[in-house]
Amino acid sequence: MIEVENLKMRFGSEEILKGISTVFEQGKTNLIIGQSGSGKSVMLKCLIGLLKPEAGIISYHNKPTQEMNLNQQRMLREEIGMLFQGGALFDSMTIEENIMFPLRMFSNQSRSEMLLRVNEVLSRVNLDGVNTKFPAEISGGMQKRVSIARAIVNNPKYLFCDEPNSGLDPKTATVIDNLIQRITHENNITTIVVTHDMNSVMEIGERINFLKNGLLVWNGTQEDIFKTKNEDVTDFVYSSNLFKKIRDVQNS
Amino acid sequence: MKYLEDIGSYFLMLRRTFSGFTKADVLRELIFKEINDLVMSSLGIVSFIGFFVGGVITLQTALNLTDPIIPKELIAYATRQSIILEFAPTFISIIMAGKVGSFITSSIGSMRVTEQIDALEVMGINSLNYLVFPKVIALLTYPFLIAIAMFLGIFGGLIAGVYGGFISLDEFIRGLQEDFIPFHLVYAFVKTYVFAFILATVPAWHGYYMKGGALEVGKASTKSFVWTSVLIILANYIITQLLLS
Repeated sequence: MIEVENLKMRFGSEEILKGISTVFEQGKTNLIIGQSGSGKSVMLKCLIGLLKPEAGIISYHNKPTQEMNLNQQRMLREEIGMLFQGGALFDSMTIEENIMFPLRMFSNQSRSEMLLRVNEVLSRVNLDGVNTKFPAEISGGMQKRVSIARAIVNNPKYLFCDEPNSGLDPKTATVIDNLIQRITHENNITTIVVTHDMNSVMEIGERINFLKNGLLVWNGTQEDIFKTKNEDVTDFVYSSNLFKKIRDVQNS
Repeated sequence: MKYLEDIGSYFLMLRRTFSGFTKADVLRELIFKEINDLVMSSLGIVSFIGFFVGGVITLQTALNLTDPIIPKELIAYATRQSIILEFAPTFISIIMAGKVGSFITSSIGSMRVTEQIDALEVMGINSLNYLVFPKVIALLTYPFLIAIAMFLGIFGGLIAGVYGGFISLDEFIRGLQEDFIPFHLVYAFVKTYVFAFILATVPAWHGYYMKGGALEVGKASTKSFVWTSVLIILANYIITQLLLS
């Protein structure tokens, strides 16, 4: 579980996050949604420690990150898996080396044990036989799956995903979404997904946080989002013609 | 003000580079890879330039020493001094600022653009130690390249002088041995180490702290070449003043 209390962040004079408080539950896929520029990615970067917030408390299992010493912070990072928007795979390494990287860094396993684990996570993301390929030699969807494999190879307690579906076709996007949800439930981890894709909301949104102009304007479940009267949320949800038509059909 | 901030961030980068060490076996592997990428891969171009520039120095000296009173040995003496004192350490380092420096800036810059550096940080790895420290250590072997440039430069001079009919082999060897001051080699290698440090860290700073996309990676590489060259020239002046004057 991750708790956020009064999180504030600014770049120069521009206030990006204006005091956000929320809870991300364990064993669930927690979504942060909102339009571009609403502060989703900044919030994610604050949560994983890539940006230092101006104010606020971020607690991992009731332990505020501000109270952690350097060693505790390093240990926490080892418990974090991250899926970047572009995959962020290391170009100079093969797929196998990419996935093995966190194991090499943080475990004392032998090469054969690491290899076994790499193959295990590769089959978990339905990617067999790509071990010796380089990231540039596989498709965008496959890169995302490799990135997920790298994120989960160390059995993280927390999984962060920054727009996991960007640049993917709807079918591959659904595969990625389902994979994230399956891993979350099977490993009972706290997953946070930043997205503006309503299909992802429909597929995996168990707890949803809606951000607008740096403020958390709504949170709830997948069922709640279609019942809410909050105008900001309904504007966002029904901005696509598909959802408008579904609403019209339901109303009629 | 911007320059002061940049200088400050350069020294902060150095502090982080030499702390929070990556696992030893991973570092060892990275250092060997960097020695190959930065030093060994430059062997060809350094040898080629060293040999031919050495030849040109000899030709230029020979063609300008037409007075029969001046001993021919001076051609070899001038070649030796030019190559050991300036050409090999400084001129080759400026060329390396273009080759190795641009490579360092663009490879680290691309990693910044594609979030690979963020990925390292999220994993709890000190990305500066992981990326920059192996380069600094690898470039400790840089004087090896400069020694080769010195040897091939003098050899190129010998070939051009002797086979061009400007000087006999005996005269060239005598000229090479004349008034040789071993401290000049010490001076040359001291400044080579300083240049190696500049070559590893200044382009790394430009790559690591760049902002933007692919276009900015190119701009950062150009800027890195300019600033690395400027710093090498400045360091050259200061070291010469300190050690030789």
